[in-house]
Amino acid sequence: MEYEQGKAQSLKGLFNDAGSLSTPDLREHIVEELYRKSGELAQAGVTFTKSTRDEKTEKLDRIFTSKIFGFPIMLLLLGIVFYVTIAGANVPSAMLANFFGVLEGYITMGFEKVGAPDWLHGILVLGLYRGTSWVISVMLPPMAIFFPIFALLENYGYLPRVAFNMDRLFKIVGAHGKQSLTMAMGFGCNAAAVMSTRIIESPRERMLAILTNNFVPCNGRWGTLIVLASLFLAGSFAGGARLFIATSVIVGLVLFGIIMTFAVSWALSKTLLKGVPTHYTLELPPYRRPKVVDVVIRSSLNQTLSVLIRAVKVAAPAGVLTWVLANIMVGDTSILLHIVGFLDPFGKMLGLDGYILMAFLLGLPANEVVLPILLMGYLSTGAMVDMDGISGLKRILIEHGWTWVTALNMMLFSLLHYPCGTTMVNIYKETKSLKWTFLSFLIPTVIAIAVTFAVARIAGGFGIL
Amino acid sequence: MTGTYRIALAGNPNTGKSTLFNLLTGLKQHTGNWAGKTVDMKAGYFSHKHKEYEIIDLPGTYSLYSNSIDEEVARNYIVFEKPDITIVVLDATSLERNLNLALQVLEMTDRVIIAINLMDEADKRGIVIHEQILMKRLGVPVIKISSRNRTGIEMLLDTIDRFVSGAITTEPLKVVYDAVTEEKIVSLAEKAERIFQGELPARWIALRLLDGDERLMAEIAKRFAGRVEDGVRTGQGAVAERSF
Repeated sequence: MEYEQGKAQSLKGLFNDAGSLSTPDLREHIVEELYRKSGELAQAGVTFTKSTRDEKTEKLDRIFTSKIFGFPIMLLLLGIVFYVTIAGANVPSAMLANFFGVLEGYITMGFEKVGAPDWLHGILVLGLYRGTSWVISVMLPPMAIFFPIFALLENYGYLPRVAFNMDRLFKIVGAHGKQSLTMAMGFGCNAAAVMSTRIIESPRERMLAILTNNFVPCNGRWGTLIVLASLFLAGSFAGGARLFIATSVIVGLVLFGIIMTFAVSWALSKTLLKGVPTHYTLELPPYRRPKVVDVVIRSSLNQTLSVLIRAVKVAAPAGVLTWVLANIMVGDTSILLHIVGFLDPFGKMLGLDGYILMAFLLGLPANEVVLPILLMGYLSTGAMVDMDGISGLKRILIEHGWTWVTALNMMLFSLLHYPCGTTMVNIYKETKSLKWTFLSFLIPTVIAIAVTFAVARIAGGFGIL
Repeated sequence: MTGTYRIALAGNPNTGKSTLFNLLTGLKQHTGNWAGKTVDMKAGYFSHKHKEYEIIDLPGTYSLYSNSIDEEVARNYIVFEKPDITIVVLDATSLERNLNLALQVLEMTDRVIIAINLMDEADKRGIVIHEQILMKRLGVPVIKISSRNRTGIEMLLDTIDRFVSGAITTEPLKVVYDAVTEEKIVSLAEKAERIFQGELPARWIALRLLDGDERLMAEIAKRFAGRVEDGVRTGQGAVAERSF
């Protein structure tokens, strides 16, 4: 026993000694030496009789992961993907909206024929049907373009290179390089991305990835961002220039979201989630010619459909709820307008208005419905508007006092605000902690309010508002 | 000494570790749950030349620091459970990256056999591996195998047999770090050696402690606390016997 106690004490002494001798860069030295030694051994013990080195991959890697060209190429590809998405989505989107509009006419005729009451037609057609068809016509085309392109880049082997390029930046802010992969996932769906953070082994860095994933705009927000960007910020330009500017605005927003990710990761790893990033091995697979048909079909079927089905599931009840709120009167105004009136002063402070805040609140279950709910509120007809006339939409917004600052702030709020309901449920499932789930709500919300407030003040100061 | 020898299989993911495991054990497997962790490790049995072996398939990892539960479980098994042999399975087609893990295992134990797997794939790609050179440099047996094509397995089994019979002595390569780090390692390892008396690899413990491996510290403290209780219960533990 005496001996054992003596041992316990010296064990503590040993740990203390180690602590005082330890330096933060020690791991670097260790890993470096191990790699050097492995290289030396492989050099001595392995020879290649065929030219087995994948020269094509090495050449491409020299370009894609180059210190000079790596980031510009990433930006360029990002721009191209969005440009193609925005440019390509317009026409099919209008066609779908038209189709649903025509179909609605027939459905209404059917309701009249069987003598259905007005409220039933209101809930089912003006609420449910319009809500769902709006989501489908606005979201389906960009998704059907964006997801397959993204899947092709992934299949080609480019995404791991993005992670490689970003790794250094993530390390600087104390996060894990694999976070860039979970971010890429976030472009599709934040809720899925939160699950994908499982690829990060260290709990600390995983939490960073979970808490900041929301700063990547998900598919549900693309609709809002793309429509607003092309509507307002680029409104006075024609044709190609307009597309170019809309694309630049979106790319700018994405970059801003990424900067936020870094800033928040950095701040967290200096405060609540202290620690140094762990090392990991990132395999850079050889570049492969993507199986185009396979990938396109698989991604449009799986990803696009599953996201869309989820959106429709949420959009349908939200459409019903909005219609009900707008049609039940308390005093001489509807519940919807009461809410709007209550939120308006705060909204104005942020360069937004009561309608916009209400839309974000009602849109908690899914970001897809924020813009439709907003338009429904503005028209106060109790039903979402048809989307076929994009100029009509612009007129409505301007009538409600919108300027480009309103549009910019709504885009910023959409980019930065709290994650959607599904994402928060997933965050709780993955972290099993109410505290972290609440923080995942609080941090982005505070940032969204601060940023939009600042933009509104600055714009107000210059007299633009 | 008779009884069952214990073998641990370590290696990077996708090195054919499990194929080798299945090949050696056939159907004699069960899933073990080790060290109170939720990571499942498969254990199996086989016999060769009248010797019985238990073989444990450790989780596939790229390193053996405490980055993840997988790494911790694999690491703890090698260091604390001290298998008779740890076979490090390497991928012949990317030996350089795989050797990293081998070097880490060699720091933890000298009872190591290195099996270079996927030789069929390497042959196809024109990769020639000079196992004699590697053996000389690494100081442990290096065997080329293909568990898919069942080549080199006899050689591996014979090496295992000669290893546990004491016919093979190893002198594992120790990686030497920069002068500053070495100085720290040596001074810390001396203290560690005084405490652990050869029970744990002192140099490796020193290295990990210098790296601030808190999980390892907790594990040592935990296992040590368990010992104290044992000591109380049995009066005289094996530890005390060895150390006096």
